[in-house]
Amino acid sequence: MSDAAQYSSSSQLAVLRAADVWKSYDNGSIKVLNGVDFHVHAGRTVALCGPSGCGKSTLLHLLGGLDEPDRGSISLNGAPLRLNRSSLRLLRHQVGFVFQLHNLIPDLTLEENCLIPTVAAGTNRRQAHARLMQLTERTGLAHRLDQRIQKLSGGERQRTALCRALMNRPRILLADEPTGSLDGNTSGRVFELLLELVETEGITLVMATHDRALAEQCDRLVEMHDGRVYES
Amino acid sequence: MIFFKLIVTNLQRHRLRSLISIAGIAFSVAAMLTVVTILQGAVAMFSGILSSDSQLIVFERNVSDLFFSNVPDDAVKQIDAWPTVQHVNAVLFGIVSSSDHPIITCFGVTPSDARIHNATWLSGNRDNFAKGDSEVVLGERAAEFLNARAGSRVQIGHGSFDVLGIVRTANGFEDGGVFMPLGTAQTFFHKQGLSSVATVKLKNKENAAAFERAVQARYPDLIALEDNEFNQSYSQFKILTATAWAVGGCGLLLGGLGIANTMIMSVFTRIREIAILRVNGFSNKQIAGVIFGESALVSLAGAAAGLLIGWMAIFVLKFVPALHGYVDTHVRLYVMFAVVGLACITGIAGALYPAFYAVRIRAVEALRFE
Repeated sequence: MSDAAQYSSSSQLAVLRAADVWKSYDNGSIKVLNGVDFHVHAGRTVALCGPSGCGKSTLLHLLGGLDEPDRGSISLNGAPLRLNRSSLRLLRHQVGFVFQLHNLIPDLTLEENCLIPTVAAGTNRRQAHARLMQLTERTGLAHRLDQRIQKLSGGERQRTALCRALMNRPRILLADEPTGSLDGNTSGRVFELLLELVETEGITLVMATHDRALAEQCDRLVEMHDGRVYES
Repeated sequence: MIFFKLIVTNLQRHRLRSLISIAGIAFSVAAMLTVVTILQGAVAMFSGILSSDSQLIVFERNVSDLFFSNVPDDAVKQIDAWPTVQHVNAVLFGIVSSSDHPIITCFGVTPSDARIHNATWLSGNRDNFAKGDSEVVLGERAAEFLNARAGSRVQIGHGSFDVLGIVRTANGFEDGGVFMPLGTAQTFFHKQGLSSVATVKLKNKENAAAFERAVQARYPDLIALEDNEFNQSYSQFKILTATAWAVGGCGLLLGGLGIANTMIMSVFTRIREIAILRVNGFSNKQIAGVIFGESALVSLAGAAAGLLIGWMAIFVLKFVPALHGYVDTHVRLYVMFAVVGLACITGIAGALYPAFYAVRIRAVEALRFE
């Protein structure tokens, strides 16, 4: 069975699933998602491609529990996603986010930024530090641990954001234009690193991107237009 | 450590704003400490006058102020004869003014009174006290502001008196007062046969309760209280203490509003940061903890600075000539704890709404916030 056939026929095995999801803003005047059906399997990499405003980021936010759909449902590992306090806390530890603008806290050092999710999760300090060393060595940042974010280059900042997203060993990584603010060379290197980490850690990746060349390196490419999803 | 750094970071980012908030709390704490300490010192001094070499005080029942209390001489004499009583001293309080000083406290006392006996006589002879009707003894500070010395004549209210001597006492009120023989004071204040209070020393202080009951039975218009009972129940002391805490409380309330304002500004300026924490798994409790932590730090820093400023203010006030002897620089430990505790409660209360606002920030919207 081809990958595409397997994906389309076995949505019950999906780690993340959106079923007939609708989302609008400004009291319904701006319709962003119009009945999206989408699923992704464990350990796979999926690229969401499409023009600006087509709903990629909104879909990622809904999949990650940062927002609620107006209609339809999102499920994680087969269970409906609930945005109550305890479910959200668990979800934050299972799902990591990487954004186009790295969203690091500028006054903290690289190390402190990376350790934020472990503080939230109440991870043992020694374990957190071991994980930090592992990730920063793999991303080539181990020598920059005590640097403040302002002193890091764009690529280093995005690699820091990647490390931070992976600190709690999430099963899913949602990346919103992770290389969108980087130049061509840096973008390629960061993306390679992202794929390598995702593969070695067995993480499911859903990535929104404009860059078709990067998108084609994923297991699956999903096109989005006018708030709808089209498999390619 | 990172949690603490998240708290401190925002204070460092907006140093001036943080300092203004800290100063607001500091001045509130200093004001509260100063007012409470001075008034408590005043209360302690006044109660010290009453409890001089005695355990109980007898005064007129249901008077709001001891200056209006009348204890008949006959009652004093009879009580003095009770077998359980070691000695009784009648004291008449009066207030007069002189040309330069609006308030001079006068004490009408007997020669055996501890105030005369235990004072340090800077000039004059204590054995001559009450031998002449027109002679008075001045406290050291009263002698200063009346510009008098032993042998000189001073105008006190409508009367003119010879200064028999000058005494130094440990009590600010007494140091600024005039001691008259009891009979002279009764005539001067038109209270013949009366005194304001009678201070009583028992042979055995265990008999205090029985003494109180005996006074109540024998003299229905009088009441006897142990010194500590009196200090707790005397309405003037209660009013002074309540006023002190109320004035200080108002100061802290203003400081708290300052903190609330600062913390609201703090939350508004770090909306994006809060969203980042939220996306990275921070719970409502942890987000609120960052806000409350920041507020608690401001409050504690303010309280520490306030204690220092307040103590310095009290120290300086002690040397102001007009207040000489009135200001007790001993800051009571419970007052310090109460003031710091109130500052912290104020800080936490000030952070309630900002924390509530912070935990309601939706990450998805806040991440778009520039």
